[in-house]
Amino acid sequence: MPHDHPNHSHDHDHGLSPSGHPYRADNDEPLTYWQRMEIAVRELLIEKGRITAAEIANQIEVMDARSPANGAAVVARAWSDPDFKARLLADAGAASREMGFDIGPLNLIAVENTDTTHNLIVCTLCSCYPRNLLGLPPDWYKTREYRSRAVREPRAVLREFGVNLPDSTRIRVHDSTADMRYIILPARPAGTDGMAEPDLARLVTRDAMIGTGLARTP
Amino acid sequence: MPPGHVRAPAYLRGKQGVIERPLGAFHNPEQLAYGLVADKKPLYRVRFTMAELWGDAAENPEDTLDAELYDHWLERL
Repeated sequence: MPHDHPNHSHDHDHGLSPSGHPYRADNDEPLTYWQRMEIAVRELLIEKGRITAAEIANQIEVMDARSPANGAAVVARAWSDPDFKARLLADAGAASREMGFDIGPLNLIAVENTDTTHNLIVCTLCSCYPRNLLGLPPDWYKTREYRSRAVREPRAVLREFGVNLPDSTRIRVHDSTADMRYIILPARPAGTDGMAEPDLARLVTRDAMIGTGLARTP
Repeated sequence: MPPGHVRAPAYLRGKQGVIERPLGAFHNPEQLAYGLVADKKPLYRVRFTMAELWGDAAENPEDTLDAELYDHWLERL
């Protein structure tokens, strides 16, 4: 039991858990100003009949249901259908809606990786991410380290993700500073000729659509 | 940097780039952030070389960075 420590007091560091991880403090601290503000506004909206608790819960479920699988389906369609790929690169939002994805007001730009170009997405100012298509971003995407290093030393960052690119590959970093969100159309891996869209989609990882990874090979 | 909500990152200030594509007009986030009536401002994707941004410290001078910048932060050269 993590808290079964009869022989010492609780006013010092608890060290490591039996599994070797540091204990994480319970979040017992008081609500912040903005947490209280959010709860107050939410309760007022419900009390005044502007929105129901069920509608809020439903919207949370809609967001939680969004996942990288949506983007992977878009990528697989673009690999399979040259006309769709052209529409995706011209207007990625419209192309995603055409596939039936409800992405709300998302302004989406798709950028294509090729033999000679590799794209990488970052938001240096905050955590802009195509959530309405891919769901929530990974935690590292929001860290100060990723946000600052991706623009200054993208090749070093990519190496740490296991992506080693030759100097001859042009790296294009996209800083999502305003109203656009980005998805990368990864290069289609070799050995995938004739594969069906659902099988292709399984090769498309979240990181491949951020640019910190490549599509898997079958 | 000026105080307040500014969506032109400090590391791009004073740097030279080229318009990659115009994006249309969007409500100015620097007014939206304060609940003000926001004018629609033209937004552009601007492409910079890593050499322009980081000088000799650039990993590869010809790699590029694209950012979205509002018209009022740009100056024609």
